[in-house]
Amino acid sequence: MTNTPIDRLARATPPDMAKKVRGLSDRAIAWIFVAPTIFLLLAINIFPLIWTVRLSFTNYAANRPNREVEFVGLRNYIRILTDDGIWANMQTTAHFLIWTIVLQVVIGFSLAWLINRKFKGNDLLTTLIVLPMMLSPAVVGNFWTFLYQPQIGLINYVVELFTGIPASSFSMLGPGGLAKWSIIIVDTWMWTPFVMLICLAGLRSIPDYIYEAAEIDRASKWRQFWTITVPMVLPFLMLAVLFRGIENFKMFDMVVLLTGGGPGNETLLASIDLKREAFEKWRTGYSSAYAIILFVTVFGLASIYVKALNKVKER
Amino acid sequence: MSSFLTGLARFRRGSWEALATALIALGVVMLMQPFFLWAYTWSFLVTLVGTVMFIVTSHFPD
Repeated sequence: MTNTPIDRLARATPPDMAKKVRGLSDRAIAWIFVAPTIFLLLAINIFPLIWTVRLSFTNYAANRPNREVEFVGLRNYIRILTDDGIWANMQTTAHFLIWTIVLQVVIGFSLAWLINRKFKGNDLLTTLIVLPMMLSPAVVGNFWTFLYQPQIGLINYVVELFTGIPASSFSMLGPGGLAKWSIIIVDTWMWTPFVMLICLAGLRSIPDYIYEAAEIDRASKWRQFWTITVPMVLPFLMLAVLFRGIENFKMFDMVVLLTGGGPGNETLLASIDLKREAFEKWRTGYSSAYAIILFVTVFGLASIYVKALNKVKER
Repeated sequence: MSSFLTGLARFRRGSWEALATALIALGVVMLMQPFFLWAYTWSFLVTLVGTVMFIVTSHFPD
């Protein structure tokens, strides 16, 4: 008789239980293993989602749990989708989204293009470039707040050094229209390495023989770039754009730490406004409808993302 | 274009997914554009239709 752990476990199992387990089909055993995960998924993801959908049709306020909850139909949705203020927040989100994606794609692709060439110190440079995206958004938000300080901040000092504009005469995070661009700069600094890494994966997936064939056909470098490199990296680039689009649509922590949505409502992204409605104004039903609108948008974008991901996998 | 329409008529996954993707993208653009309030108002419905269509049509045959 062997004495492996499985044998010892089998001998230690009471005969009644062993009989029951032997009677279970493979499918039943599989369900037993999967059941805890499904239960957790239902409890943590699906149930709150269904509950939020239910709340979005009511006037429920979480800070007044004893108040009678009224069913208000589509009123919350109609109010949100006809509100000029929320529309302006969506435009602020769009401004943030478009500019961060444009800058990250242009700079990320350029860096990947450079890093893809073999030169001394290539690996060290890649590691240094990738460092910002490994930091916590909370850390990034805090130290950029210091960098943007009008009196002691490095950014204002550098601007004064190169332009002569007094450092204390402007504030990157204050009124004057610079705050919108300040958060774009920080997000670009943090997440360009991510886009670079995806582009690098795309560039390295292009076989050398395609370029060799192009060389034989006497195609110029410029033509090789537009007819080989760009089309073959495009699916990877699409992936990066979608991923950053989804992430930035939900952007919250870093912007809260940098500007808190201000000055005024200048950097009030939809996610920050939603948090205010839900946990400062305590309009739970209304904010549930707001959350569902954002959720459907992100879910739709995520569906496209998964489709793009599958296309890349098929290559 | 004709293969796209044929795909729609025959309930093929590719064509219907492309349509759903276009609707989602249109909905997101409508949600964030700064020009027409009516487009913002209807954006959620367009995105919702596109998303539900995407979920349903991803089960269509290739």
